[in-house]
Amino acid sequence: MGIRKIHPMAAVAMFALAATPALSDENANLVVNGEINMTVRAAAPAHMENVSEVQSGWLFRANETQQFQMDDFDNPGMIWVDKAAASWSKAEGSEDKSCASCHDDPESMAGVKAVYPKWNEAAGEVRTLELQINDCRENRMGAEPWKYTGGDMINMTALIASVSRGMPVNVAIDGPVQSTWEQGKELYYARTGQLELSCANCHEDNYGNMIRADHLSQGQINGFPVYRLKNAKLNSVHSRFKGCVRDTRAETYSPASAEFIALELYVASRGNGLSVEGPSVRN
Amino acid sequence: MQFTRRDALIMGLGAAAASVLPIQAFAAASAEEELAQFTGGAAVGEGGLTLTAPEIAENGNTVPISVDAPGAVSIMVIASKNPSPKVATFNFGPMAGSQSASTRIRLAGTQDLVAVAKMSDGSFVQASQAVKVTIGGCGG
Amino acid sequence: MASGVKPRVKVPKTAAAGDVVTIKTLISHKMESGQRKNKDGSPIPRSIINRFTCDFNGENVIDVTLEPSISTNPYFQFEAKVPASGDFTFTWYDDDGEVYKTSKSIAVA
Repeated sequence: MGIRKIHPMAAVAMFALAATPALSDENANLVVNGEINMTVRAAAPAHMENVSEVQSGWLFRANETQQFQMDDFDNPGMIWVDKAAASWSKAEGSEDKSCASCHDDPESMAGVKAVYPKWNEAAGEVRTLELQINDCRENRMGAEPWKYTGGDMINMTALIASVSRGMPVNVAIDGPVQSTWEQGKELYYARTGQLELSCANCHEDNYGNMIRADHLSQGQINGFPVYRLKNAKLNSVHSRFKGCVRDTRAETYSPASAEFIALELYVASRGNGLSVEGPSVRN
Repeated sequence: MQFTRRDALIMGLGAAAASVLPIQAFAAASAEEELAQFTGGAAVGEGGLTLTAPEIAENGNTVPISVDAPGAVSIMVIASKNPSPKVATFNFGPMAGSQSASTRIRLAGTQDLVAVAKMSDGSFVQASQAVKVTIGGCGG
Repeated sequence: MASGVKPRVKVPKTAAAGDVVTIKTLISHKMESGQRKNKDGSPIPRSIINRFTCDFNGENVIDVTLEPSISTNPYFQFEAKVPASGDFTFTWYDDDGEVYKTSKSIAVA
């Protein structure tokens, strides 16, 4: 890591981040429903130069918050997984098909969330899970696409994530996705906004420290969509990116934009090795 | 009525204090009223009631708490500084396996959480716990 | 009418006679407290679930009065006695008059 010129505003911001000893419980392990063993810490993937261990956001939360995620009847996110399971079997659109018409039951989607975002050969583009869901809806079901960050879409991504829980995140970073991945990496390390902060300034340089009263995580997205205590609902990756960028007082990108797709691919790859946790519970 | 300058000063300060902290003034009175209504003014003891809440709430929107009072008929929970302090009242029926319950509550700010149990012999006991409620860092 | 309200309840499928079982209940509901304001400054009226009951074979287990300080998506965990096989019925009462119900059976060996 080279020496970076520290912009005065950023220096002020960084001094405001006080050092703190450790995670809530360094040795805590996440087992859901007494049977899904989650990998919440793993050796960092080779492409990460500055981090040696990747850690799930779960580790950074208070004990009480951690407990919310340990039982599917304590985890409010599961209500919306139930809703999506109902809509999974609902026939829609000009073709009068449901997801179940082609995909059997939701459990058959095990392994899917773990590799998204990924390259779609036929379309010649990197696809997020949401984009793929809408492709199925429009082209196979003849149905209206869902709003990218709307309830129907978030619920469905929660269902699809939930059947991959415990499986390691494993997104590809080379081959046809490479240039998108590089773009995402550039965005991750670029200082923007009035506060001249990059994602890395907080989530790579200062994870584990306190930012005001918040315990800063590595900004992993293996747990998305996430039920946040703050707004008591499921939140999507692009919604969270938008909020984060706005919090650095920068002009933010839109959900489903090329920038956020690239950033999601890169950030997902920073979690390769951690378990898919969605729907997770965070503050 | 004639006010001395001292009276006027005290009234003025009181009014100023009330205008600066209107919510606290109203809420505090209200919490006591709720308590009085629940107990009918009876004496409130201690012991036999466990109130569990985090010392620091990670987010004031959703704070997990639980109450447990073996032999209680009902337990009321009050958040002394919430705009409306009453949180919930748990009434236990004949099929209750224990006089205990857990839930998730909203806390508007750092405050004392209070639980009062009405026991089967008509007596009352209370327990309280201070909970710090923080404003998050980024996106908090 | 509150929209999208959906309960989710955990009851063990079986128990031994006389057991005490743990029950968990969640229901999706905004629990509009009455404290929030619209963009134009006008208050958004209170609209919450104000009561939750659980009965076993018609006898009451717990009867909860909820106030606006209960979080969005109300959650309750409590214990019930199970003397014999039967049905748990769960009922949530909404300020707007709606009543949401669900039930779960338990088999006693």
